[in-house]
Amino acid sequence: MATASVAHHDAAHDDHHDHEHHDNFITKYIFTQDHKMIGKQFLVTGMFWALIGGFLSVLFRLQLGFPDLSLEFLRPLLGGWIDETGKLDPTFYLALVTMHGTIMVFFVLTAGLSGTFSNFLIPLQIGARDMASGFMNMLSYWFFFISGVIMFISLFIKTGPAGGGWVVYPPLSALEQAVPGSGLGMTLWLVAMVFFIASSLMGGINYITTIINLRTKGMSFSRLPLTIWSFFLTAVIGLLSFPVLFGAALLLVFDRSFGTSFYLADIYVAGEALPNTGGSPVLFQHLFWFLGHPEVYIVLLPALGITSEVIATNSRKPIFGYKAMIVSMLGITILSFVVWAHHMFVSGMNPFLGSIFMFLTLIIAVPSAVKVFNYLTTLWRGNLIFTPAMLFSIGLVSFFISGGLTGIFLGNSAIDIQLHDTYFVVAHFHLVMGSASFFGMVAGVYHWFPKMFGRMMDAKLGYIHFWLTFTGVYLVFFPMHYIGIAGFPRRYYNWTNFAFTEHYTDLNMFVSTAAIVTFAAQFIFLFNFFYSMYRGRKTTANPWRSNTLEWTTPIEPGHGNWPGEIPTVYRWPYDYSKPGAAEDFIPQTVPLSQTPESNLPHEQEMVKLEVEIMREEAEVLVANESKH
Amino acid sequence: MYGFLIGVGVLLVLSIIWMVYRIQTLVSVVKGSDKKIASGSNKVNAILFVLFLIGTTILMFWYSIKEFDNYELPVASEHGVITDQLFWITMAVTGVVFLITHVLLFVFPYKYQYKDDRKASFYPDNNKLEIIWTAVPAVVLAGLVISGWMAWSDITAPAPEKAHVVEIMGYQFAWEVRYPGKDNVLGDYDYRLITASNSHGVDFTDKNALDDFPSPVVVIPKGEPVLFKIRARDVLHSVFAPHMRLKMDAVPGMPTRFWFVPTKTTAEMREETGNPEFEYEIACTEICGRGHFGMRKVIEVVEPAAYQKWYSEQKSFIQQNPALTAGLKSDVKELAEIQLVESKK
Repeated sequence: MATASVAHHDAAHDDHHDHEHHDNFITKYIFTQDHKMIGKQFLVTGMFWALIGGFLSVLFRLQLGFPDLSLEFLRPLLGGWIDETGKLDPTFYLALVTMHGTIMVFFVLTAGLSGTFSNFLIPLQIGARDMASGFMNMLSYWFFFISGVIMFISLFIKTGPAGGGWVVYPPLSALEQAVPGSGLGMTLWLVAMVFFIASSLMGGINYITTIINLRTKGMSFSRLPLTIWSFFLTAVIGLLSFPVLFGAALLLVFDRSFGTSFYLADIYVAGEALPNTGGSPVLFQHLFWFLGHPEVYIVLLPALGITSEVIATNSRKPIFGYKAMIVSMLGITILSFVVWAHHMFVSGMNPFLGSIFMFLTLIIAVPSAVKVFNYLTTLWRGNLIFTPAMLFSIGLVSFFISGGLTGIFLGNSAIDIQLHDTYFVVAHFHLVMGSASFFGMVAGVYHWFPKMFGRMMDAKLGYIHFWLTFTGVYLVFFPMHYIGIAGFPRRYYNWTNFAFTEHYTDLNMFVSTAAIVTFAAQFIFLFNFFYSMYRGRKTTANPWRSNTLEWTTPIEPGHGNWPGEIPTVYRWPYDYSKPGAAEDFIPQTVPLSQTPESNLPHEQEMVKLEVEIMREEAEVLVANESKH
Repeated sequence: MYGFLIGVGVLLVLSIIWMVYRIQTLVSVVKGSDKKIASGSNKVNAILFVLFLIGTTILMFWYSIKEFDNYELPVASEHGVITDQLFWITMAVTGVVFLITHVLLFVFPYKYQYKDDRKASFYPDNNKLEIIWTAVPAVVLAGLVISGWMAWSDITAPAPEKAHVVEIMGYQFAWEVRYPGKDNVLGDYDYRLITASNSHGVDFTDKNALDDFPSPVVVIPKGEPVLFKIRARDVLHSVFAPHMRLKMDAVPGMPTRFWFVPTKTTAEMREETGNPEFEYEIACTEICGRGHFGMRKVIEVVEPAAYQKWYSEQKSFIQQNPALTAGLKSDVKELAEIQLVESKK
């Protein structure tokens, strides 16, 4: 009963609140503490970064696909990074791939995805007025914003941004003499990451606390939508792994600026022997990948959660194996912490460790496989409606399969000897982590746009966007498998120096062209997004005829989400097409006692209990009423 | 002028797209299709999934078969044959899964597309199915892991005693090669001894270093175990010999190693590939700075007899540059002088 009275208290407080408090522009749109607006802030910032990150990839794909092309036309933008002959500077090329990776992994797929949908959906789907701490939530966004500003500035400094790869392995990232980007650019990178880590920790603590403490009455863990489960586990992973990256970065700062030797040993660079001895570059790799691998699941799990919700809704079927989905996500969460060294099979670490991590890595493929089979069974004998969100979710499953299967090659240390750091790896992670998560994010935007802005996005433009992007992504990344099997190493400025890489100029040209077209197709989405925000068709309260709680709020929910009482939850979120029911969906707020025609035998038994609880609740309400 | 014309053109195209967009929106409002649960587009999308499946499958098989010889690098080491075999076994297993799951994923949308008069099956779970598709992948993966693990253990086992040692040192942006000389033992090194004339930092006070010799190419014998001792001078590098299926990071401060048995001489490979200019190559696969993409070194695999001959003809560091012996202690210096005398014979 505690939950009910707390909820009621909140509601009363909020009504009161509305009378005296009016949001001005700054408190409503900038320093807002409302989770919905913070979610939108994360989304728009994430989209901004996705554009930057995508644009950087177009720049280096131009170099890789058309090595003879004069890039003189980019001089107004890139200035000195285009040399006298109209070529891209090789150092800047490295900076481009580094920043592309950093931006996409952290700013787009971590902040843009988790930040947007955890913030926006958690209170709405669990039935809470707002996050546990609105203020910390606001700080979380603004730390992310500061982090972004610093990273953005680093793009424009004279020595260029960090250029040691997004994994920033020392000694390269520690020595300015080794690559100019390791000077001020790397310093800014580290500072930006510190802010970013602080931001995601504050966000994560908030998500976890909110989910544990602020669920509405009846919303037990076994009735949570899979989106919430995925956000919850994502936050747990982030909370446990990001501090390790902070530690790794801190030690790197010490090595760079204070003369310590955590990662540095026996180095002779630029005509000078450095005093550092005893450090280990491999130590950094261990620390980095202790975050770096869970990070893959930090970006992927929310996308899988969104997909589960979208596929169930638009198949008009319960998600198949709800419990199995949760168990496999739990399995992935735990295993994600014990597979990190599969990134390091040939780093020189003890080969025995390689054996251990190979076993652990291939175990993690099992829960992933279970998820795929469950998605397929959900589609089976469904009644599928292809909203743009549904299309992107099916696309995600496809990428998850394609990229997941190549993971079985790379997780096998014997096969990884040849494939490590080739384009096979690039193809693998761009499909399974990059594109899959990106599709999850886009699916989420299409699906919850009506809840965010009270209007619908245009479906036809959504279809065009999907088919161009889906085909485009495959045309970009599928050919990379061939290039990778042929042994082409990643992060190469060009491939003219080696005989074994002298072919495939045609395929690289094809990949670059596909990449540019795919990038261009994203402007359809951008147009659709911003146009629909103001001019889109007005939405109905529950446009997808979905079961979850967010669709029981007003079309444009105000601060506090529900104007009156927070609804109580009586069932799980996947009662779609229940036999006997008139409609093909039964929202979570419909009591079992109202649907005797569709109740399953064990649910029929729960009806009695439910009626009792509802009576008690009514009594509490009356009691509260008289107090005020 | 061209810029202006292109600008006008782009503007024109954009406005046409805009018109089309507006018209189709209005038409859909008039037709009331925006009120329907599933409009005609539902069918189009369902069909597109099947077309996508057919189109991409054809494209994939066509290209994979046509290009096979281009992406399948000839293999030239004993363990490489095994890892290649593992690769193709994994390809077969995952390939089957890839095709089956994708057929289901793209055919279901067509088969179960929305119909007003149909209701989806309420099918929330089935523990038996869950157990089956947990167990089957687990068993298959276990098979792949165990075969991979056995290969990995063999590859990473200590090198045979008689292995020919070659030291490969990476630096920005090249590789340098050092052979242990007649005693088959590499002399000590220290990065603080590196100078313009002693780029390896070889410590010539160590007697084992006196007969060490450099080489512009990595020469190794066919059919005999070769041990690469790998180190780096400045930042991380990675020795990648694609035809040998060999890769190992070069780490400053932490020597690494990789041993293997080459199976084809360069000459044999030239014949096999029909390319008279074929060379085995080493590339760098760990990002190391501006010149990362240019760290090429050639490996020359020769018959064992030719190797022995070549090996005995090489001039050691101190023979090439007697100044390196300056400042050595008398006993070591004596040994060094014997070497110098020998070389003049």
